[in-house]
Amino acid sequence: MKIIANADYVKRKKKSRLSQVFMCAPLTVWVVALILLPLLYLLFMSFMTKGPMGTVKYIFSVESYIRILEPEYFNVVKKSVFIAAISTLACVLVGYPMAYFIASKKKISGTLMLMMMLPFWTCALVTIYSFVIMFSNSGLVNTFLMKLGIIHEPISLLYNNFSVAVGMVYELLPFAVMPMYSSIEKMDKSLIEASKDLGAGPVRTFLQVTLPLTKPGIFAAVILTFIPCIGYYMITDMLGGGTTMLIGNVIYNQFTSARDWPFGAALSCILAAVILILMYVYTKFGGDLDDLGA
Amino acid sequence: MSDVNEKVSDEVIVSLLNVEKWYGSNNVVKNMSMKIKRGEFLTLLGPSGCGKTTTLRMISGFEEPSAGVIKIENESVEMKEPYQRDVNTVFQSYALFPNMTVFDNIAYGLKVKKVPKDEIKTRVEEMLELVQLKGFEKRRIDQMSGGQKQRVAIARALINAPKVLLLDEPLGALDLKLRKQMQLELKRLQKKLNITFVYVTHDQEEALTMSDRIAVMNGGIIEQLDSPKNIYEHPKTKFVATFIGESNIFEAAVNEVKEDCAVVGMECGRGSILPDDVSLGDNIYVSVRPEDMRFDTESVEGFNIKAVVKEFIYIGNITKMVATLSNGDEIKFTRLHTGKLPQVGDVINVYWSLKDGIPIPTETAAELQALKNVKIG
Repeated sequence: MKIIANADYVKRKKKSRLSQVFMCAPLTVWVVALILLPLLYLLFMSFMTKGPMGTVKYIFSVESYIRILEPEYFNVVKKSVFIAAISTLACVLVGYPMAYFIASKKKISGTLMLMMMLPFWTCALVTIYSFVIMFSNSGLVNTFLMKLGIIHEPISLLYNNFSVAVGMVYELLPFAVMPMYSSIEKMDKSLIEASKDLGAGPVRTFLQVTLPLTKPGIFAAVILTFIPCIGYYMITDMLGGGTTMLIGNVIYNQFTSARDWPFGAALSCILAAVILILMYVYTKFGGDLDDLGA
Repeated sequence: MSDVNEKVSDEVIVSLLNVEKWYGSNNVVKNMSMKIKRGEFLTLLGPSGCGKTTTLRMISGFEEPSAGVIKIENESVEMKEPYQRDVNTVFQSYALFPNMTVFDNIAYGLKVKKVPKDEIKTRVEEMLELVQLKGFEKRRIDQMSGGQKQRVAIARALINAPKVLLLDEPLGALDLKLRKQMQLELKRLQKKLNITFVYVTHDQEEALTMSDRIAVMNGGIIEQLDSPKNIYEHPKTKFVATFIGESNIFEAAVNEVKEDCAVVGMECGRGSILPDDVSLGDNIYVSVRPEDMRFDTESVEGFNIKAVVKEFIYIGNITKMVATLSNGDEIKFTRLHTGKLPQVGDVINVYWSLKDGIPIPTETAAELQALKNVKIG
């Protein structure tokens, strides 16, 4: 009796395993064909040699990686990291109070989140263009200030590092607010009451209880804004106006106008490596990859 | 049932005067006045939604009363923030800080007050010993069991030597056995430290076990504030009689008041009670505990209540008997060990000792008050 039951169990287990394989198949094909293979190809390409007229010679070389260390490019990498770091910091500083506010307004938090997500769902190209219209030399802000007589000639609000950073924050704020919102919302509010009950004022309560307990959300927000920041080339292109070159723009140029695929691939691999290291650090600090929506 | 704590003084430590709480148009605490004495174990007992937790939260400062005065040691505190009041709370969900060790949790209040480190250390150790958690200092909160977390929460509150300790259903999440053990321990702690405890629960047995006094709450008002013995043996309202233990309630009219007894007429027949507290023509409820219900095959002087035995229910230490009255109502008996048991379907004569038939006014002052408030709202 027991043996029969056991055999039955094995059969059922086999069957369920088979169905698991079938269910996973589309995802597996997707990941392998569209993510894993292209990345491997990129890695392979980064170790090749540039040929004349944008061709690629299939000869092994590390020349592309050495070229990254040239000051011209290395400065771009440094600047990219710097602007991404500044933008990330701004996102967290602006996003945390926002997330806290949304989480504390239980009844309307859904609506508030929706309002925050709307620009995020709008095509980034459109939102960035609206930025240009607002802040260009003949844009709304300058015209308004000149009409009021506060300024006499347009001040250049666009095409500098600052405008790039502001554009990044504008585009990436939802990525920062979402994980912080979810960790603030998840926090047991009676902990705040407990802290106050034990004599701690609002500042101390925030620093000793709220902040440490929402740290995972802040970590996730940092990762989720820093990674796109470092790779975004469209914002730099449109708000930096060619004066600000970041790593994303250099990569874009290598694959398009410069037609140096091995060098572009090498830069991409470096970027991917930076991101992987960041993810590793994140998990080491106790972060959960699920919180990133990954 | 606990005996009365001798350490309770007559000095009032917390007083509520005409306190009201409204959430929008919902009146959860109605014109409540209450005096809590120093060193007593007072329980707010009632069904969920009766306003007991709201009352507690108004004392701790997490809710602001809509009207009325709350005084702690003769000082009005309505406008004070929770962190400015000398009271501490043990929360229902414990609310221990998961980012801190057991030691840091207990030391939190002292650190806030900037007590010197050495003193914090000795006092935390004392506390851990008091709640029997010595050696757990370095544990993380998620490594503690429910009962241990409970002890940490109590220690964290008590270390601040509060004037009043407020406990919001602190044993609700524990299993029955642990709960009984913690009940006794809490009572022991309270007596030992002589701190005033205000305890919120919906568990009547818990309230009877631990309290010096119980405030039975219903619909935002205190129905009765009295010692456990008086609450059980002399309920003042129908609600108290039915919420605390079981009661057989008879609607009755006082037909005759004699020197040694009063005769009451009921739908199901005629019974007798003590003549004190009633006068001729009163409409009352007569409440009789199931363990005080008697029956006989012969009719008993002063009583004329007939019932048909419906069923016996075995619940371990006692057997319950249910019988149906002539008007269809069911009555319960629990003390069956005397005499011969009847059979299902037998007709019995129901009676009780005069002192066990407790008269309760049909419309108490409290109920009238509640009705008035509803009309205003």
